[in-house]
Amino acid sequence: MKKERVLMKGNEAVAYGALDAGCLCYFGYPITPQNEIPEMLSALLPDAGGHFVQAESEVGAINMLIGAGACGVAAMVSSSSCGISLMQEGLSFMAGSHIPGVVVNMTRGGPGLGDISPSQGDYFQAVKGGGHGDHRNLVLAPSTVQECYDFMFRAFALAFTYANPVMILGDAVVGQIKEPARRIPPKGALSPGKLRLLSRGWRIEGFGARGKNGQPRLLKSVYLAEGALAERNRILIQKYADMRKEARCEIEDTDDAELVVVAFGSIGRIARSVIRELRAGGRRIGLFRPLTLYPFPDAALRELAPGRRFLVLEQNAGQMVEDVRLALEGRARVFWHGVMPGLFIGANELEAPILAAFGEN
Amino acid sequence: MQSERRNAALRPQKGERLVFDASPVLNERPLHYCPGCHHGIAHRLVAEVLHELQVADKAILVASVGCSTFTYDYFNVDSVESPHGRACAVATGVRRARPEAVVFTYQGDGDMTAIGAAESLHAANRGEKITAVLINNTVYGMTGGQMSPTTLLGQKTTTTQAGRTMGNDGGPIHFAEILAQLGGVAYSCRCALDSVKHVREAKKALRRAFDVQIAGLGFGFIELLAGCPTNWHLDPIAANKRISEAMIPVFPLGVFKDAGQEGGGARHA
Repeated sequence: MKKERVLMKGNEAVAYGALDAGCLCYFGYPITPQNEIPEMLSALLPDAGGHFVQAESEVGAINMLIGAGACGVAAMVSSSSCGISLMQEGLSFMAGSHIPGVVVNMTRGGPGLGDISPSQGDYFQAVKGGGHGDHRNLVLAPSTVQECYDFMFRAFALAFTYANPVMILGDAVVGQIKEPARRIPPKGALSPGKLRLLSRGWRIEGFGARGKNGQPRLLKSVYLAEGALAERNRILIQKYADMRKEARCEIEDTDDAELVVVAFGSIGRIARSVIRELRAGGRRIGLFRPLTLYPFPDAALRELAPGRRFLVLEQNAGQMVEDVRLALEGRARVFWHGVMPGLFIGANELEAPILAAFGEN
Repeated sequence: MQSERRNAALRPQKGERLVFDASPVLNERPLHYCPGCHHGIAHRLVAEVLHELQVADKAILVASVGCSTFTYDYFNVDSVESPHGRACAVATGVRRARPEAVVFTYQGDGDMTAIGAAESLHAANRGEKITAVLINNTVYGMTGGQMSPTTLLGQKTTTTQAGRTMGNDGGPIHFAEILAQLGGVAYSCRCALDSVKHVREAKKALRRAFDVQIAGLGFGFIELLAGCPTNWHLDPIAANKRISEAMIPVFPLGVFKDAGQEGGGARHA
């Protein structure tokens, strides 16, 4: 592992993070703006004893992930918006069958073919299930190249801890921006050996691999007998409830704040620059940046409610604002400002909505 | 190798000779398939081949969606379910994650040749070292007998009530011949389950479809023409007759490719 800081793109950091976290299989289909991920892993994985398969489609890719995940091998796919839509069936099957895997979405503009520039329009799809049935993905939202690297370790650890799909929700800015990052496993990272250990109780491998008395195993999501699905879904709902403790957020300058800006990913990062500048001018404004979008860090947000107003900034037509309102339970006033997809926005463009919510406009 | 868990009353008594036994690769759960359905025969053949090759302990079954969804309820091997049509993609992931395993899919004609055509074709084209078993009975069985890509022209189904027409529905798709064109395919053949002779031939072909995988030659494929008396509205004997008289003329039996043999052209059984 290299200790020095290296200039790299967010997409490259995702690829290095996957490799260093022990990912052994990558499946994917080309789509902008995430192509550096498959391109790099196609070169790096075979040398690391892994496999790279360019799938015939995103449908093919997510189903290959089901196969590799079912075998208890650290595996991933990456894509962008429209491609992620095609993967939703597979994500539902993975959650329902207790199969781990990491899915990276470098979001582009939508709906439909949209465009290839940044957007946060896939928030609902990522955190509300996306696929059919009561299923949930764990969702992490990096805002820097370093977080792209670090979050891959956390993603694999969570995927194997809960035997569930984990999504990294980035966007074209996070994926394409180039800045220095270090290739050092973050605190709490699990070794590839530990990941293998976590799959020992359920992975398929051929029963002979489990000794003389090994019994056949089955991973599935179909439960047709009356009452069987109810029983199964109770287990799944408990799994989702257990995930609540994984909620994480970054809170900055909220102690004295009258206004708390809530923003994630690249918008969260741009908002921080604006807030720091405005604070230097004496305005008491703080930042709440969710690092996990599912589970949403609602308890931490609710604690901030008394005596404060909130402004949600996001690059979509109003998605995370619903989770913010649910978290605050009507205890505080919530403003919202949306940025259109397809725009690379500067700090100055977020200043006016923040000042308006602060009460200066 | 006889299993001791078998029902003792069924063991040979004094003076009796054991000529047929349950396969240790199948469990004793009663099959849920309809009377006269050929899934039971196909299951048995796959189980016998896995047993003879002594690979059941490292076999991984990738199940499909349709009547064959519950294949895993009967096989004593590690299994994973796949979404409708995606078995060959799931099997690709399994194969890449577990290079030492013997991986096979078991799919119907709707699953493999309609919704899963792309995944099946490309797994075959990549030469994934897996074995794919296609049960072709020309209808969607589990959903109640709708048209599938292999439905014969003129065949009445619940969605072609006046019979399938070329003009509206296209003609029956020949998957074994299509796959034989692909470089990654090591073995492609079509057999039928309508007679003892054909069942014996199917067993040999199935063995070959697993042999090429284990030898690392590439994708092994076998299409089995099978009966669906329920959705054909025929009794089991008439259903067998339909296979011989109506299906085999449209779907010729034979080996369309065998990477281990010279030439590899069609050899009709």
